[in-house]
Amino acid sequence: MTRSLAYWLFRYRRTWQGTVVVSIANPLLFLLAIGAGLGSLVRGDVEGVSYLQFFAPGVLAAAAFQNAFIDAGFGVATARGRERVYQTAVATPLSSGEVMGGHLLFVALRVFVGALAFVVVMALFGLFSSFGTALAVVLAATLTGIAPATVVAAWAVTVTDFPRLNTVFRFVVMPMYLFSGTFFSVEQLPAALQTIMYALPLWHGADLCRSLALGTATPGMTLLHVAYLGAMAVAGVLIGRVTFRKVLYV
Amino acid sequence: MALIEAERLEKSYPGTDFTAVAGIGFRVERGEAFGFLGPNGAGKSSTMRMLACVSQPSGGSLRILGDDPVVHGRALRARLGVVPQDDALDLQLTVRENLIVYGLYFGLSLKHMRAKSAELLEFAQLADKAGERVEHLSGGMRRRLTIARSLVNDPEILLLDEPTTGLDPQARHILWDRLFRLKSAGVTLILTTHYMDEAEQLCDRLVIMDKGRIADEGTPRDLIDRHVTREVVELRFPPGEQEQAAEKLGGDVEVLPDRLLCYADDGDAALARVTEVGLRPLTALVRRATLEDVFLRLTGRSLTD
Repeated sequence: MTRSLAYWLFRYRRTWQGTVVVSIANPLLFLLAIGAGLGSLVRGDVEGVSYLQFFAPGVLAAAAFQNAFIDAGFGVATARGRERVYQTAVATPLSSGEVMGGHLLFVALRVFVGALAFVVVMALFGLFSSFGTALAVVLAATLTGIAPATVVAAWAVTVTDFPRLNTVFRFVVMPMYLFSGTFFSVEQLPAALQTIMYALPLWHGADLCRSLALGTATPGMTLLHVAYLGAMAVAGVLIGRVTFRKVLYV
Repeated sequence: MALIEAERLEKSYPGTDFTAVAGIGFRVERGEAFGFLGPNGAGKSSTMRMLACVSQPSGGSLRILGDDPVVHGRALRARLGVVPQDDALDLQLTVRENLIVYGLYFGLSLKHMRAKSAELLEFAQLADKAGERVEHLSGGMRRRLTIARSLVNDPEILLLDEPTTGLDPQARHILWDRLFRLKSAGVTLILTTHYMDEAEQLCDRLVIMDKGRIADEGTPRDLIDRHVTREVVELRFPPGEQEQAAEKLGGDVEVLPDRLLCYADDGDAALARVTEVGLRPLTALVRRATLEDVFLRLTGRSLTD
């Protein structure tokens, strides 16, 4: 697995500066424009905290989720399709499982770096009470990204036409991005929609990040969120082992 | 022991009726250059994928270096070199980095690969391009880099799928020269091609494939002796007059869409006869018979259809 991760790190060497700049600029703009700017129009508190405090961990989770989809979805489909990275790798002693594992580790690394940059920006806004809290939020956001990444990778390796990825991005990822308690509380949704959002992964990620950031986390809910996201990540790996093998050894 | 033994080897793809390889048998001995000659869709690439241990046979038996590729695929791939048809190099990485990451796939160390890549780039005549990104390389250079990459593990068998397709004549000759050197160094070469000149240049022995089957097998010389005459006269006539001319000429004549092929052991004598019977072809050419003629004889079609 480290052998195929090494390949992605070689590529990352070329691009990491650029991606780190984007990873910092993005949350900076978001927190300034929406958190501080738009947030100043929000009268009173949201669930007892300022809008910026409420919104920042939510959008952190949403960004981790979205970036993971892009990296795992488009990244995997390109590596299998146009660039034939995987086909090259499986002609060597590497197995399809190792090829998948290396790429997933790389996606996880990218999600982690993105979450870390975001949390650093949040810290600059004075949103954390302690270093430990900030660290816990970084890990929570990383898990929020890894969970969908493995599932999306398992599917994306079978996708040969790119527009399908766009369709899923638009009609699955974007609604989740907006309505999973990221920008506003899920409790403001109609009851039926609330139930749906509670069943979807990003609500768990957003609630995990927010409750840790605000210090309102309870052991029970934290365990539930982590178990949900962890199970999703494991399921994606198990499905991916099958789909990668099927696609790469035809 | 043969390096590769295939018996009644088959490949079909689930969910389709298509049988890419329909029961072929062949043996490849150590140090040979062995070729699969055939048109597109003949089953060459499917065969190569099975030999590369990345595609499971649907039937028959296949042994590579004495082992079953389905059971020992991983260990076998460590001893093979693969040059895919489409290069599949990483365009964003440099020439050297492409070799290094590929070496890491084989579990070779970074230190080893730094030295090895220099040696391989020398062999591929790309030493001065080591630091350049692959996207700036010409097609011929990319193919040489792909061959260099396939040699990182000092393979016992090198599999080349259409090694010179799409290259200009000069690039092809450079490539052939490199392959000759590998062969002299004892590497067993297995290649597919639809160029008969390539097959004649490179292959000690070859099989002619068509529609998933092997039509015949032998050295290029054997195949030509067995199926065609020593020489061929190519005649072109105005459109519509070919059939008549063929009838008038009689003997061993093949009618193609754009020309007649007249098989003869003495081409010049055959050409003289064309004039004797009163035919006035637009152009006439006497040449030696090639594998292209063999293929035409065996399948009734030309290689590049």
